[in-house]
Amino acid sequence: MKIAVLKFPGSNCDQDAFHCLRDDLGLQAEYVWQDETSLAGFDGVFLPGGFSYGDYLRCGAMASRSPIMDEVRRFANEGRPVIGACNGFQVLCEAQILPGALLRNVDEKFICQDVYLRAETHRSPWTEGVTSTIRIPIAHGEGRYVASEDLVKQLEDKDQIAFRYVNAVGERSEHANVNGSVGAIAGVINERGNVLGLMPHPERATRARLGSVDGRTILRAFQLVAA
Amino acid sequence: MPRIRVIVTLKPSLLDSAGRTVADSLVKLGYTELSSARIGKVIDLDVSSFDEARVKEMCDKLLANPVIEDYHIEGVVE
Repeated sequence: MKIAVLKFPGSNCDQDAFHCLRDDLGLQAEYVWQDETSLAGFDGVFLPGGFSYGDYLRCGAMASRSPIMDEVRRFANEGRPVIGACNGFQVLCEAQILPGALLRNVDEKFICQDVYLRAETHRSPWTEGVTSTIRIPIAHGEGRYVASEDLVKQLEDKDQIAFRYVNAVGERSEHANVNGSVGAIAGVINERGNVLGLMPHPERATRARLGSVDGRTILRAFQLVAA
Repeated sequence: MPRIRVIVTLKPSLLDSAGRTVADSLVKLGYTELSSARIGKVIDLDVSSFDEARVKEMCDKLLANPVIEDYHIEGVVE
């Protein structure tokens, strides 16, 4: 099982992802730059966080038009595991591999803290291991998920809402929805369920020393495919 | 060399949190007639010749995200 950790100019969570996958999950990982045109030999993709292309124009806009993204789209369509965290989520939305978009946090503040998440579906390899409320960190200025009313309804009907922000006991509250996302949505999956995008950082919560190992319940999807 | 101006704005249905912050500040400065401010982007494109269809393509392919934004091609500005 070899995972491609994508790198765009301005990615800054690529090393977190790499070490998490290799050292904590025991998987093979390799960096792949945005101008590459092949993902041959890889079994999954991790789009890391950061500020690709300086967040110019819109977060993830330029990165989503990179040559490597044609391959990511192919992977997505083939049903292989693809995850985008933080800027990676923004890139997947900009590429229209995932629905919706991310805008500035409702309070205009960069938020760096732990949040609690509840999995809203268990039909995806990314969420089937998340059986209780998990705590993982966020660090973003533009993480307010937006979608039209019709799209939100469609996401609910098609069971594509992966995670919502909740409080420590797993209940929704205005306070828990830190960035003002519509429906407190923290992450979504594609129709097939093999592509996950989320603002929180599971790769920063895979060893006790980092304060939480809850990220493992999400990232085990890569291990499932390997098994 | 014509300069083409494109205006990109956030869809009216979406909360513009930056615009809201600016509006709050203006009201604090005494402009109490203000009820809202919205911030968009002005993109000036210098091209060898103006072909509106191609500029529209640029907007659709990169400059605006149809999920959250509208755009308007102002045309040649200088």
